[in-house]
Amino acid sequence: MSNVPGELKYTKSHEWVRINEDGTLTIGITDHAQDLLGDMVYIEPPEVGRTLDSGEDCAVVESVKAASDVYSPIAGEIVESNESLADSPEVVNKDPYGEGWLFKLKPSDAGAVNALLDADAYNELVESEEH
Amino acid sequence: MPFIPHTDDDVRAMLQAIGVKGIEDLFDEIPAELRTGRLDNIPPGMSEMAISRLMHTRAEQDGRPLCFAGGGAYEHHIPAAVWELTTRGEYYSAYTPYQAEASQGTLQLLYEFQTMMAGLTGMDVSNASLYDGASALAEAVLMAVRANRKSKSKRILMPRTVHPLYRKVARTIVANQGITLEELDYDPAGGHIDPASLPGEPGDFAALVIPQPNYFGVLEDVHALTDWAHSHGALVIGVANPISLALLTPPGEWGEAGADIACGEGQPLGAPLSSGGPYFGFMCCRQEHVRQMPGRIIGRTVDLEGREGFALTLQAREQHIRRSKATSNICTNQGLLTTAATIYMALLGPDGLEQVASSCHANTQALVERLCALPGVTKVFDRPLFHEAVLRLEQPVDELIGSLAAQNIVAGVSLTDDYPELGNCLLVCATETKTQADLDSYAENLERISQSLKTAGSPVAS
Repeated sequence: MSNVPGELKYTKSHEWVRINEDGTLTIGITDHAQDLLGDMVYIEPPEVGRTLDSGEDCAVVESVKAASDVYSPIAGEIVESNESLADSPEVVNKDPYGEGWLFKLKPSDAGAVNALLDADAYNELVESEEH
Repeated sequence: MPFIPHTDDDVRAMLQAIGVKGIEDLFDEIPAELRTGRLDNIPPGMSEMAISRLMHTRAEQDGRPLCFAGGGAYEHHIPAAVWELTTRGEYYSAYTPYQAEASQGTLQLLYEFQTMMAGLTGMDVSNASLYDGASALAEAVLMAVRANRKSKSKRILMPRTVHPLYRKVARTIVANQGITLEELDYDPAGGHIDPASLPGEPGDFAALVIPQPNYFGVLEDVHALTDWAHSHGALVIGVANPISLALLTPPGEWGEAGADIACGEGQPLGAPLSSGGPYFGFMCCRQEHVRQMPGRIIGRTVDLEGREGFALTLQAREQHIRRSKATSNICTNQGLLTTAATIYMALLGPDGLEQVASSCHANTQALVERLCALPGVTKVFDRPLFHEAVLRLEQPVDELIGSLAAQNIVAGVSLTDDYPELGNCLLVCATETKTQADLDSYAENLERISQSLKTAGSPVAS
């Protein structure tokens, strides 16, 4: 049973989204996603300043099993990138919702987060994938 | 003997299982106008005896000429042990096996190859080889566009001193990805890229390609060019002749920071000319770019019990894992040719390679001196050279090449098609395989033939 914090928003492609006080969003991959991918060996974070469409691929997480794209949950501009993961990609496995965050996004439409999955809906998605 | 394992019964059973009448039905969805139909121009198969005889007859037509042509492929002495060992059953496979780690010997050999190439180029890492020099350059261009994260540019500065065929191949491979190769002209006196002629406000380029030695055999001012590129936000792709690296500053030490990618043609390392192939390409890069490097990379590791072993590494870049987002469609390497190259380098060692490079340089210098002593022959460029030189002649180059061929001498490579502005120019090369008598024979025949062409005042077959 993977960890799905109640206060976060989620995507069908297994990213999580935290709404920060300043209106930016912090984005990472879920506990379920890191568990499926296995031990991370390399993270390629997005470049700061890049503007993204909703669903655009912007980062790569590479594990011993596969290299997978990370998609932007909503449209916006990258304002910060977790550069420390370059030296310690395993943090994404150990602390996916904390130190293992990937990037921060300034959304072009603040209301767009409401369309994302809540914890219950994401839990259902994960369970349906597992069965 | 058919090499297809399925019997007619197998095929019938499989077709029946999927409910299809014949194999042709499997291709139904391809419109008829896109199908080739029968390949009537391909002659029927021949027996081994017949094909051996045909190929020997054709090989004899070459007449074992005295070869002074370079232009990207070079005649070098290959010690007998190189191919004796390479063609042993244990090595004689053109491929990294699909179950790669089952073949520890093959992987160890490729690992040694990578170590030698990284040493020769002065770079951090090498892949296990690519198809040939031209496609290696094309891959390096694609890689530079991916790797240069500071630049959004898809423009590459491509000097005209890069091999003309490499430029054509690179353009073919990268054009449909929206990458443009912008030509950079050479200095007419030196035959090199004059760093002072580089644009002051060049705009945004992903990379500058630097050939060393260049197609004219001339040595480029690699340090100034490398520093210029880096100070303008561009990466540096070095295209090098591996033999020359035994003498010249390796790409990893060009300028303040070194080249970012080094690539080139591996043929001089143990592969015979054999009508243009198979050869192999090599590619090395700085550690920071390794995840953008195409092709196979072999790593050394230890198993759970601490025993040394070799494994394919960084495979997540490759298409069997990353599919359409792989760094390249290349998922293989030229195993047999790199085997020969590894044995060749191991047999010669650093000193032997340096001797080969020095002899090539000395023989070419001697040839140029000998030929330029003849009336009407002049050296075109005044810069230092490695083992090739451009000579200007009074008579039409193609006629001279034809007349010398009749004397069993391959005079060189005509530059009239690729560099018409140079006039009657010939690219000549004398590797370590040439003796003083060979150089004399070339000079005497050239003198005699030029003389007869001149007195006849019209083309004469000698």
